[in-house]
Order: sequence, then C-alpha cells, then structure tokens
Amino acid sequence: MGLIGFYLRKLFTLLRGEVLVLPSRTIVGLFVLIILGLPLITQDPYIIRIVVLTSIFAIFAASWDLLSGFTGQMNFGHALFFGVGAYASAMLNLHVHIPPWGSVPLGAIVAVLAGLLIGIPCLRLKHTYLALTTMAFPIILLGIVTALPNLTGGELGISGLQRFTNSILGGYYIHVITMLVLCFVMWKITDSNTGIIFHAIREDELAVKASGINTTRYKLLAFSLSGFFAGISGGLYAHYLRIAGPSTLEVSMSFTVVIWSIFGGIATIYGPIAGVFILFPLLEFVRFWPEYRTLIFAVVVLLILLYMPEGLIPWVRDKMEKECPRCKIRNVAVRKNCRVCTADLD
Amino acid sequence: MNILITGLITGSMLALLAIGFSLIFGVARIVNFAHTAFYMVAAYFIYSLSIKLGLNPVLSMLIAVIAVTLLGLLAYKFLIDPIREHEGAVLIATIALAMVLQEVTLLIFTGDYLSVKSLIEGYFSIGGNKIFYQQLLTFGVVLVILLLLWLLLMKTRLGLAIRSTAEDREVANLMGMNESRLAMITMGLSVCLAGFTGAVVVPLTVLTPFMWMEPLILMMAVIVLGGLGSIKGSFVAAYILGFAEALVVFLVPTGAFLKGSVALSIMIIVLLIRPEGLFGIAFEEER
Repeated sequence: MGLIGFYLRKLFTLLRGEVLVLPSRTIVGLFVLIILGLPLITQDPYIIRIVVLTSIFAIFAASWDLLSGFTGQMNFGHALFFGVGAYASAMLNLHVHIPPWGSVPLGAIVAVLAGLLIGIPCLRLKHTYLALTTMAFPIILLGIVTALPNLTGGELGISGLQRFTNSILGGYYIHVITMLVLCFVMWKITDSNTGIIFHAIREDELAVKASGINTTRYKLLAFSLSGFFAGISGGLYAHYLRIAGPSTLEVSMSFTVVIWSIFGGIATIYGPIAGVFILFPLLEFVRFWPEYRTLIFAVVVLLILLYMPEGLIPWVRDKMEKECPRCKIRNVAVRKNCRVCTADLD
Repeated sequence: MNILITGLITGSMLALLAIGFSLIFGVARIVNFAHTAFYMVAAYFIYSLSIKLGLNPVLSMLIAVIAVTLLGLLAYKFLIDPIREHEGAVLIATIALAMVLQEVTLLIFTGDYLSVKSLIEGYFSIGGNKIFYQQLLTFGVVLVILLLLWLLLMKTRLGLAIRSTAEDREVANLMGMNESRLAMITMGLSVCLAGFTGAVVVPLTVLTPFMWMEPLILMMAVIVLGGLGSIKGSFVAAYILGFAEALVVFLVPTGAFLKGSVALSIMIIVLLIRPEGLFGIAFEEER
C-alpha cells in the first residue's frame, strides 16, 4: 500500500514538475486524455470513423516526417509504402487467410522491403532529383496494379477483408492506441542517437561522413523505418475500410501527406500528427459544400503558409514558450526567469 | 506511322513544359508543381474566348498566353515570393496553388469534357495513315517556339543573365544582377511557355480540370532524365519518353494502363546508370 502511494506521489511530482510546467506538454497530455475518453462523450459512428481514419493518417504523416523531415530525403512517393502495405496485407488476408493482427505487420515488412528496393538506387540521387524520382515509383506500381486485374482486382481493388473486430468501440481503441504507441515510438527514435544522426544528415551530410558515420546505412535505415510505419498505416487503412484500392497509390495521396506534414511543421513528429488532426477533420466537416471542399483546403493551406512558413505547430509553440538563453531549456513565455537556472529570459 | 505522330506530338508538348519548368527551377530553385496547372488554365482560357465569346482562335490564343503569364506573375509575387526562403513551404504552396486553379476551373466549367476546333481542318494520307494538318501545325509551332527560346537564352543579355544565375546564384548576385527581378522575369517566361503549350495542344486534346496531373508526372520524368537545368537534355528526353509512351500504347495490349509506368521505368533505369541524367552536369554539393 505504501509502495503504491510512493509511486503515485512520484508520478504526481513528475506530472507537476515536467508536464504541467510547459503548455505544449500539457496540450499533448490533454490530447491523449481527450482522444482516449472520446467514446464517453459521444459514440456517434460517424465521429468515431473520422477519428479512426485521422489516427491512421497521423501514423502515415509522422512516418513521412521521419524520413523526409528528419533525414531530409524528400520523398514525394510516400504513397508507395502506404499502398504496398495496404495491398500486401489485403492479399495475405484474403488469399492466405492470415487474420488482421498478423497480416498488418507482415504487410508492413513487405513495405520495408519495398523501401529498401527503392532506397538502394535512390540514394545515389540528391535533393530535387530524389524528390522527383521517388514520385515515380507509386505511379509505376499503380500501372502494374491496374494492368493485372486477376491478382489485384484492377481498378476496383481487393475488397471483403476481415476487420480487427466488429464492435465500433473495440475498433476505435485498437486504432487510436496503435496510433499513440507508434507515434510515441517514432518520437523516441528521433530523440535517440539515431535520430540525432538523421538530423545531422539533413543539415550537412558531408560533415556527418567526415565524422566517420556510414551515412548510406543510416539513410537506408530511415527508408526502412519510415516504410515500416507507413506500411502499418496502409494495412490498418485497408482492414478498416475492408478494401485496398488503387486510390492508396495515387499521386494525390503522396501530395496530401506532404501537405499535412509541412502544414504542421516538419522535423518535429508531433507537427505532422497535429497537421492531420486539424486538416483531415476540417475537410470532413466542410462536406456541406462538397464542391468547395478541396478549394477551402487549398486556400487554408496557402494562407497559413504565407504567415507561418515554418508550419503551424512550431509557430504556436514559439508564441507560447521561449528558450532559456543559458541552459536551452524551454519555459512558458510569461516567465521572467528560467525555471531551472534562474537566468533572465530575453 | 501513328506511333511516329503521337510520339512527336507528346514529345513536343513535354519538351515545352519541361523547359519552362527547368528554367524557373534553375534560376530561382523553385519546384513549381503548378506549372502544368497553368497549362490547363491556358487551355480553358482559349476555350472560353474562342467558343463562348466567338473570338478569332489565333487572337484568343495570344490573349490566353498573356493572361496566363499575368496570372503566373501575380501568383509568384503574392504567394511564392514571400516564402521563398522556406523550401518545403514553397513546395506545398505550389501544390495548393495547382489545387486552387483546378477547383476554380471545376466550379466555372464543371467537369465535363470540352474540346476546341482545329485551326485548319482536313488531313492527307501517307500509306493509309491519316495525318491531320493540325498535328503538323502543332509540331511546327513547337519547333519555332523552341528556336526562339534558344535564341533568347543564347544570344541576348537577358539569356546570359538567366544562364549565369542558373549556374551560380550567389556569384551572379555579386556581379550585380538583380536576382529577385530576374526570378520574376523567368517566372513570367516559364509560365508563358506553359501557356503556349496549352495553346498548341488545345485543338488536339479534350479539356478537363484534371488534365494537369498526367503531364506533370511525365514532365518531371523528362526533367530528371534529361538532367535538371539542361535544355538540350529536356528536349531529347521529351522525345524519348514521348516515343516510348506511343510505342507502349500501340503495341502492348493493356498498354493504356502501363504507359506512365514504362516511361518512368526508363527514367529510373537511366538514372541508375547516370545519376545526373543524360545531359546533366554533376553539380558540386550546394551547402
């Protein structure tokens, strides 16, 4: 009993000392609480469906950020991983009868293989060449998929997949918790040593090479990690909608993920997630005027970018918090002196 | 014979688009995804001027090119120029711009397929194959435009300025060239080329608000294949891909689905052998 009380008090101190002192961390905590407690407020199937789809796309956008935001390998064909994940898990589920909890990770591994396959040749290219070349791969695959209707269902796609569970609430928690866990894992990766090397490769690859680090290996690692997470999101998407269609490979899919991520702010992981959670539901809720939907989406993105070219989330964060000039720890913007080293802020 | 004609026409269109795209990329390092959207807008301008208002087709083409150039300059001034320092932001700003243009056209003209009459009717036949005069005219006009562009780039002071800025922005700036004004002029030139492409292609295709997607992908392939910033490379690569596409469509049974795939596969195979493209120069790493 005393032990439990001790851990509870420790948790409480940690919460007060590390989480509640910064508005951004408080918001992340609130977000997790709200998204876990949402079914208590409403069980409207439509809202549940939107949140589930948003979570799936949040994994997808964060995985793009891991590769393109952190490592700087601009990938304009990220739909490849999503589509390969979706199609692979759909085929495994339908033809080999592997249940969803097995076919989704297996599909993600197939997506990793696809990532390695395109990563090895693409690493000879840089910057814009890389961006334009990666854009080609999902289109090539899309052509092959539509040309082989026996295996892939052609333009109709593979339908009639199993779901994880048939209950709405169970499905909601499976997807949302997967999203939270995977995004936390991605954030941890970018925070680790590997993440620092990824960041360094983006800033100055030559300097990283000169420090005796095999950059090719790390870039391939980024390709496969990103492919794995995107593949999982593709598989989840296919099983949730019970169909894997050519739309998962389209150019607009690759573009949308770039828009979400840059809108939210790249090289942050939480930026793209926030971008998806703002833009995707927004797009759903303006369905009253279906003809203006894409127009509103594009105009919102254009306007936000004009005023916050770094992305929305870094802008908001810089308004709420400032960095201590001496010890580089973040503080609430209203404080006069740093919460750790008491140096004068600004 | 059909293969030859289709290849020539597709190749010419891609060459014009790709050269315009690589001009603005070379000078201002802007990857303009809205490039082919301007081509779509030009085609719609011509449609509404010549069919709806009943103007002379040639006159309406000229007006359309000028109008699209102005539109491009305005878009550059107000949407792209303020955020040019942020590469990623520029990328999605141009994508969003393309989406705005697409949606506005969709609202005004609906998604119906539209078409514009040829400038000259009729055809002649060689060995049982019809060759429309319009196809010859399009090809001729493309060659003339390319020749003019080549003269502009190689023989005038403006061309010299554009080429030198493309080669090294900082040094060109130090040599007293107004880099931002040059970027503006190049943007105008590039959009103008996209407008001309729209003008020469419009009698041969059907118009839809989504017609910018497919040439966009192929245009990228052409540019990568030919080498970024190399005009000769874009020219050669455009015809290679144009013919490859035509060959696949006419010779392979399910070719219509595969035409994009084959063109892009060629691009990737060439890149594996020569990472800087057919005519590209291996750039020193920019830091």
